[in-house]
Amino acid sequence: MSTAAPITIDTARPGVPLGRLIKVELRKMFNTRSGFWLMLSIAIVAAIATVAIIIFADGDDLSFGLFAQGIGIPMAIVLPVIAILSVTSEWSQRTGLITFTLVPHRGSIIAAKAIAAIIVGIAGMLIAYAIGALGNIGGSAIAGVDPVWDTSLVNLVTIILANVLGLLIGFTLGVLIRNSAGAIVGYFVYSFVIPSILGFLAFSQDWFEKLQPWIDFNDATLPLFDGGPSGEEWAQIGTSGLIWLVIPMTFGIWAVLKSEVK
Amino acid sequence: MITVDRLTKTYGGYRAVDDVSFECRPGAVTGFLGPNGAGKSTTMRIIAGLTPATSGSALVSGVNYPDIPNPGTQIGVLLDASAQHAGRTGREILALSALTMGLPMSRVDEMLQLVSLTPSESKRRVKNYSLGMRQRLGIANALLGDPKILILDEPANGLDPAGIHWMRGLLREYANRGGTVLLSSHLLHEIEVIADEIIVIGNGKIVAEGTKAELLQTAGTFVKAGDPSALANALTSAGLTSAPSGDGGLRTEADPATVGKAAAAAGVALVELRPAEGAGLEEMFLQLTAETQRETITPEGAGA
Repeated sequence: MSTAAPITIDTARPGVPLGRLIKVELRKMFNTRSGFWLMLSIAIVAAIATVAIIIFADGDDLSFGLFAQGIGIPMAIVLPVIAILSVTSEWSQRTGLITFTLVPHRGSIIAAKAIAAIIVGIAGMLIAYAIGALGNIGGSAIAGVDPVWDTSLVNLVTIILANVLGLLIGFTLGVLIRNSAGAIVGYFVYSFVIPSILGFLAFSQDWFEKLQPWIDFNDATLPLFDGGPSGEEWAQIGTSGLIWLVIPMTFGIWAVLKSEVK
Repeated sequence: MITVDRLTKTYGGYRAVDDVSFECRPGAVTGFLGPNGAGKSTTMRIIAGLTPATSGSALVSGVNYPDIPNPGTQIGVLLDASAQHAGRTGREILALSALTMGLPMSRVDEMLQLVSLTPSESKRRVKNYSLGMRQRLGIANALLGDPKILILDEPANGLDPAGIHWMRGLLREYANRGGTVLLSSHLLHEIEVIADEIIVIGNGKIVAEGTKAELLQTAGTFVKAGDPSALANALTSAGLTSAPSGDGGLRTEADPATVGKAAAAAGVALVELRPAEGAGLEEMFLQLTAETQRETITPEGAGA
């Protein structure tokens, strides 16, 4: 037995390219039953929102902008959850034991997950727009009015950007908390609890009301949905994004790189 | 070849792995034996780059694991067969690994066949798998990239006797072709069946290592009488030291002929008298386990 030839490790072999990792991460989002339905829920939620608008909105009020807004609200929940699960399932389902041994560069895996989530987010929003456009045509026909196309291309892009930023908030919570339930709860706290607290503060304290747009990311990203931000509003997205997105994500990625995978 | 050198991992004040050094040679199956919580899995996770070591090093053929390009094609790792996404099919799990490594999908079918998972089983979701099926899937996953080195944590756990026999054949052939295998188990029996070399670890420290033949061969005798206390007295009066072993038996360093004469001289009727092969390892292992065991121990026959 001691006569066996020594085994050498080939260090010149090509590593795993990022493009391949992105493909793998995209596939992981679809190849479980829950993941598949979560993806399908993008289209389902968009369709339900569209039908609800056709049923409940006044025929005269129908416009593409209304549909885009109506679809955007549920989308702001579904997309971050997709981003959260793509990260946290490696820990909650413990698949990280395989993922991080096949690719021992965690930064590449995290980058691939972020890119895959952004691809899904943009594609999901485009699908939602298409459904909304069909709803606008169909709804207007039912109401007997001409379809109104009142949303500019720029605004359509900023709405996608707003959703991608929301998705990145989910991603950040994923790398920070690394637990599916915890990160999803964290996202609801971020998007429902924190705005009311900050809103109350702004209501009761004058000095905070002036400060709020600069530090409240939820608040700062609202103009993205509504016609596009002004120069100052972009700056506010920048400063509040630094606080809520850039700094926590940097810390979360650092924690992922350092943590023990069990 | 795996070289672990003075590896230590501490969690706060607790030393999970304490100055561990060993080597796994090509062409041999090295068994890593120790009770639950002895530090086997931590050591393996450190080798695979998942857990940072506090001090010391673990190298694979002289290379740090994270520096191995496309490591799945050079070293196969199974750290926990249950660590799979419950909602994925077995086939899909292998497909993801194959895609990551850049392997053709035909490799997935080959591996499923190798570990005897049928096409219909491979299309079931892992939450419906038995532990034995998960182990087979995990081994398929480790072998997917045709690596020359295998690291398997508790691979025989959950396998039935036929499955353990199958794994022995698989790993034996793999080692005969020149591969290096490091596998862990908390069961002496599994390690005895599968491994050529054995490293025994307890409380983070290596307590014994050597070839199976070396460790299992111990001079001594296992003896059992209808009246254990009479036998113990007989041995003591003959000047032989003995220790309880197995249920009601005794083990002594003397050879069976001496023990037999001592018993005959005292008129003690024996029910069993034989060389205590392997008993040394088993007793050492039981002692190790005793410290972490919650119940009192009723050891099985020491001869194993």
